[in-house]
Amino acid sequence: MSLSNDTIQSKLTEKFGDVLTHWEEPYGLLTFTAPKEFNLKVLNFLYDDEELGFRFLTDLTGVHYPDRKGEELCVVYHLHNLISNVRVRMKVYTNIEQPDIYTATGLFSGANWMERETYDFYGVNFLGHPNLKRVLNVDEMDYFPMRKEFPLEDQTRIDKDDEMFGR
Amino acid sequence: MTDHNNIRLPEGSIEKETTTLNLGPTHPATHGVFQNILELDGERIVKAESTVGYIHRAFEKIAERRPYNQITTLTDRLNYCSSPINNMGWHLTCEKLLGVKTPKRVDYLRVIIMELARISDHLICNSIVGVDTGAYTGFLYVMQYRELIYEIYEEVCGSRLTTNMGRIGGFERDFSDAAFTKIQKFLDEYPGVLREFENLFTRNRIFVERTMGTGAISAERALNYSYTGPNLRAAGVDYDVRVHSPYSSYEDFDFIVPVGTTGDNYDRYQVRNAEMWESLKIIEQALRKVQEFKGAEAEIFHADVPDYYLPEKADVYTKMEALIYHFKIVMGETTIPAGEVYQAVEGGNGELGFYLISDGGRSPYRLHFRRPCFIYYQSYPELVDGAMLSDAIVTMSSLNLIAGEMDA
Repeated sequence: MSLSNDTIQSKLTEKFGDVLTHWEEPYGLLTFTAPKEFNLKVLNFLYDDEELGFRFLTDLTGVHYPDRKGEELCVVYHLHNLISNVRVRMKVYTNIEQPDIYTATGLFSGANWMERETYDFYGVNFLGHPNLKRVLNVDEMDYFPMRKEFPLEDQTRIDKDDEMFGR
Repeated sequence: MTDHNNIRLPEGSIEKETTTLNLGPTHPATHGVFQNILELDGERIVKAESTVGYIHRAFEKIAERRPYNQITTLTDRLNYCSSPINNMGWHLTCEKLLGVKTPKRVDYLRVIIMELARISDHLICNSIVGVDTGAYTGFLYVMQYRELIYEIYEEVCGSRLTTNMGRIGGFERDFSDAAFTKIQKFLDEYPGVLREFENLFTRNRIFVERTMGTGAISAERALNYSYTGPNLRAAGVDYDVRVHSPYSSYEDFDFIVPVGTTGDNYDRYQVRNAEMWESLKIIEQALRKVQEFKGAEAEIFHADVPDYYLPEKADVYTKMEALIYHFKIVMGETTIPAGEVYQAVEGGNGELGFYLISDGGRSPYRLHFRRPCFIYYQSYPELVDGAMLSDAIVTMSSLNLIAGEMDA
């Protein structure tokens, strides 16, 4: 059983037309972009289709691109077909003012905490998530620390008390 | 009732029929800092809620400012029971991005170290399951051999727990003769120890009764929860990254992927034990392959990629080129291609993935660790639903949850 990237691409284009864009194969991993209204439809199709059968969610994470107007936040899904041993990567972009994306928890129970983590760090609001609250940071936090505008500590700062920090 | 006026109980707490119990974050039986708020009916768990993040250190954020060779130290601190696997995983990710091809000897040396790390990881997990079921002896006994593994790390890289081992392209120095002697010693002595360890637990009545049938998960649920590693294999799915997408020349080795059937604590224990035997087989094969190299090939311990491989210190002091490359690498002036990489390795407790986006700058644009523990742990409420409190403790240790990895 082999499932080539071309087959996946042609099956997906056949189903969704040119809604799916930015087909790429960096380092052999088929990558494409889906509009945010379509993310669940594509995930469902990938899951249900007999031949595709992407039933394993390897990873779900977010990326922040502050320079891309209207699509600042990106959610990246890594899916795996364990039988044919093929991976695909799907990207969904959303704007930062209203970062709403449908949740994948209905399809994958494992997406629960991965989405909570993405919410925690990027503020992506997963619509329909059963328990969307912070997972690694404290609940009282009112910012999203992995966004690029959130600064790291200035390495040249000199106001630290050396006696306390033992430098 | 007037003399109880100074005691204020929460609303509805008298009428409530269940007890709320806070297990963790510093409970001695949780083996790490995670909290579980359990709702108990007698001794049975009716509801569990997990809280993590007590040792979150923002590695992904820190990594966005560090040059590539400095991120290795961050990966150590993920799953600190098998840090060399994390180090190698990170180097493999960089090598994939940079298009570095490592020589066979480097691959085999890496395999030896990774399998030793796997043994130490499984050893700790299984012996901790023993401790939680009331047998401390196994834990203390095998610690001696984990110590031997740590001594091997020490011979190879100089440190023991957070190893920071290797560099992009290979190792910082060749394995010493003492390292090979110690690996051979380990191979000679460890089978006897593992056999004794198995004698202590595998058919031990108390151990079997405590672990069999508790904390079980079906293969279907395990896949839905994105389980990987020994926990998934215990449920009966033979998914192993080493076989499915071989890295570091794992395709050259002959080994079996052990699987369980029921996915309960006992099967997890059995799968880990069987994997230790397989790891021993792999180390033996790798050691033989390493010894087969002759002449100049037998001295290779890194790929010839001066642009990325941090040169030896003696060369930096005496050779012009080495000094230039050293300066460029340390100051982050090397050219890094822009690109997107996902590289997975079979970590001690599952598929450890590195998702790296590079924009060509000196440090990653985005680095995400796919941490198997974090993904397992969300299924914990489902695993312990309706179980006894004492079984919940065993389930927690048998999932091999490492707080450092979970919280990244």
